[in-house]
Amino acid sequence: MFRLEPRTSAPLVWQVATPVLAVLATMIVGGALFAAMGFDPLAAIRTIFWDPLFGPAAGYSRPQLLVKAGPLILIACGLALGFRAGIWNIGAEGQYIIGAICGAAVALTAYPLDAFWIFPAMILAGALGGWAWGMVPALLRNWFGASEILVSLMLVYVAQKIAAWMAFGPMKNPEGFNFPGSRNLQQYDAASNPELIANSGLHWGGVAAVLALAATWFVMSRHVLGFHIRTAGAAPRAARFAGVRPERLVALCLGVSGALAGLAGLFEVAGPAGQITESFGSGYGFTAIIVAFLGRLHPLGILLAGLLMALTYIGGELAQMMLNLPAATVQVFQGMLLFFLLGFDILTRYRIRRRA
Amino acid sequence: MSNVFRAEGLGKTYPGVRANDDVSFAVEAGEIHALLGENGAGKSTLVKMIYGLVRPDEGRMALLGTPYAPHDPRAARAAGVAMVFQHFSLFDALTVAENIALGMENPPPRAELARRIAELSQGYGLPLNPARRIAALSAGERQRVEILRCLLQNPRLLIMDEPTSVLTPQEAEILFATLRQLAEAGTAILYISHKLEEIRSHCDRATILRQGKVVGTVDPRAHSARELAAMMVGAEMRLVDRSGRKPGAPVLEVRGLSTADGEGVALKDIALSLRTGEILGIGGVAGNGQEELLSALSGETATTPGTVLLEGRDLSAAGPEARRRAGLLAAPEDRLGHAAVPEFSLAENTLLTAGTRQGLIRKGLIDRKAATAFAQQVIRAFDVRTPGPGTAAGALSGGNLQKFVIGREVLGRPRALVVNQPTWGVDAGAAAAIRQALLDLAAQGAGLIVNSQDLDELLELSDRFCALNQGRLSAPRPTEGLTVEEIGLMLGGAHGMEVAHVPA
Repeated sequence: MFRLEPRTSAPLVWQVATPVLAVLATMIVGGALFAAMGFDPLAAIRTIFWDPLFGPAAGYSRPQLLVKAGPLILIACGLALGFRAGIWNIGAEGQYIIGAICGAAVALTAYPLDAFWIFPAMILAGALGGWAWGMVPALLRNWFGASEILVSLMLVYVAQKIAAWMAFGPMKNPEGFNFPGSRNLQQYDAASNPELIANSGLHWGGVAAVLALAATWFVMSRHVLGFHIRTAGAAPRAARFAGVRPERLVALCLGVSGALAGLAGLFEVAGPAGQITESFGSGYGFTAIIVAFLGRLHPLGILLAGLLMALTYIGGELAQMMLNLPAATVQVFQGMLLFFLLGFDILTRYRIRRRA
Repeated sequence: MSNVFRAEGLGKTYPGVRANDDVSFAVEAGEIHALLGENGAGKSTLVKMIYGLVRPDEGRMALLGTPYAPHDPRAARAAGVAMVFQHFSLFDALTVAENIALGMENPPPRAELARRIAELSQGYGLPLNPARRIAALSAGERQRVEILRCLLQNPRLLIMDEPTSVLTPQEAEILFATLRQLAEAGTAILYISHKLEEIRSHCDRATILRQGKVVGTVDPRAHSARELAAMMVGAEMRLVDRSGRKPGAPVLEVRGLSTADGEGVALKDIALSLRTGEILGIGGVAGNGQEELLSALSGETATTPGTVLLEGRDLSAAGPEARRRAGLLAAPEDRLGHAAVPEFSLAENTLLTAGTRQGLIRKGLIDRKAATAFAQQVIRAFDVRTPGPGTAAGALSGGNLQKFVIGREVLGRPRALVVNQPTWGVDAGAAAAIRQALLDLAAQGAGLIVNSQDLDELLELSDRFCALNQGRLSAPRPTEGLTVEEIGLMLGGAHGMEVAHVPA
């Protein structure tokens, strides 16, 4: 028999090794799943993980990597701050949607005006919208002790309903032949978020993601705020002893992660998505949770994890087209990844010993 | 007299530590046999082997003349060995009788059990109502529940692990009367402690352990406390130097400090005046407001205006950082998770309290080099045994981490320092060093408040003494000339208990 023995500290080797192990285990179990469904497992794995980057259609799919990774990384940076402090924002998806709606509202109000300030104003509105949506669970937790996990999660569904209302009501394109959905901002130059370098997939959201990564690294490793966040997560009483006010930290972490999710939504609606539709929320806010954990809440890890998750999105779509794999494949894959990561995580905190 | 228990050549090795080495001793029927040693001397390991929690690597044990090798506590209990642990394992929401029934293999019917409990408790001078809930009992009464639980098994050998650490002096006297009565009825008692005075006055023999080995078995009454301590530590005890202190002007004033009823004990109208160069000792059994007092003074809990003044400045509205900037520092008793973050390195742990005072955090930016250097300084000045500033706090032994925590605050040159349980769980050598550091700090003109359960420590350190009992602070009295009995009465006496009637 084996038993688990707690470690005094989490070795760096295992902190790096567990995400890699989780990816490998996902590939193996995923492959077995495909085989059981009657697909060629090797072909499926290659289509998902290899072809998007180096396959015959890579020219189309490679730019998609940055398009998908940008919002994931941007959102995950904010989530990582809170997760480090033990503040669980599960509702980034809702903040993402509200940010997009607020940003789009600025653009649609200004339409068809052509002015330099429109795009910056949209960015501000997007961040504010996400911040406000994140502050709701923060204030409810500080005032009434409500669980931010449940409140933020439930607010996702509220945000989705608001998106649907906007697409069918106030924001519906007057020239859209009564189809639901707002005007397409890609066709409105002053408000659009175009690809900055042709065929790179890089838009302003990608730039913001890189800035967010740098800022996260700086705050977490150099600034006293990051120290307070880490202390609050590791030992709440020690944090209070150090002078941290828990309510402030809750408001800050939920506010900042909401703002970053809102920004991601704004860049998406002004760029790749183009318009507010009923189904604007596409799951980035939830996938970013996996990105944050897979990346060990560390900026470098988040960068790699964001790219990997983006790859599973693109590869999943490719596998649907090429191999007729079901659409749920991607979600199964992403779910498995988080599952294995949390499972293998035990190795960082415990060592396995053979029972004497 | 006959041996009830005998150990021959017991040995136990843990990775990196020889916890017990060739330990041989015997406990005879009718005696109270002390097991004496510093923290880490191997007392716990030895007792765990006797109680079946740990299996020895070498050696033999015998109980009542027959070989004895329990593989679990149940086997130990069946063989006639019972143990009262330092930390109680009782359910607060259940009654005395229910708790005792839970620990029995085949509990008798409720009424029968209640009758036997009442009978035993009367017989041994341990008044206890079987129908009372544990939550309503004092620490001393809870301990009686644990003792009764053991007595119901008719043990031949009763092990008591540091039983007086939670008791007032009066409660301890009652306990000893009970133990003496048990011993006279033929039970062998193995009594673990590091309190020399109580062992000298109450135990028949003492086996002294040092670094896992038996130093010797002696008659404690034939030796002075200093001689016993020397055997325990392996060297002459260093006497602390109390010289060079002159109480001066008031530095910390607390007036009418009360806190709201929360999870712990509410403080009720606390008033004290601490002068420079003075150590004010606050005694009391843990759980009477010690942690709450520290939190209210450190700024962790909010205090009403006009209650906490440092050198005339009202700090009541200030948070922990502002109070530290002003010179009011604190060292909580809970080292892991309160005074330090176990997962963080020692260098990072300096940032918890020394950020501004040592210039480790400037304009919000962390100076890691300065933090490492300051950690190194604490390690050197306080002889913290650790590979270096990069070691996680949780990897240090209790005593070493405590030296680090105290050192971090002492080197912060506080105007006033509040310390809770400065030497709790710390071995004698480290404890002496910590006490000396606190005295030196006072000699340099700081005012100190020391909260401790260890009365000897308070008598050694403090100039004035007051007691904290259920959130109330007694008026201070000069330590000079104060007797242990007087202190006991200040601590709330015997919690309204009667003294045991011991048949002559």
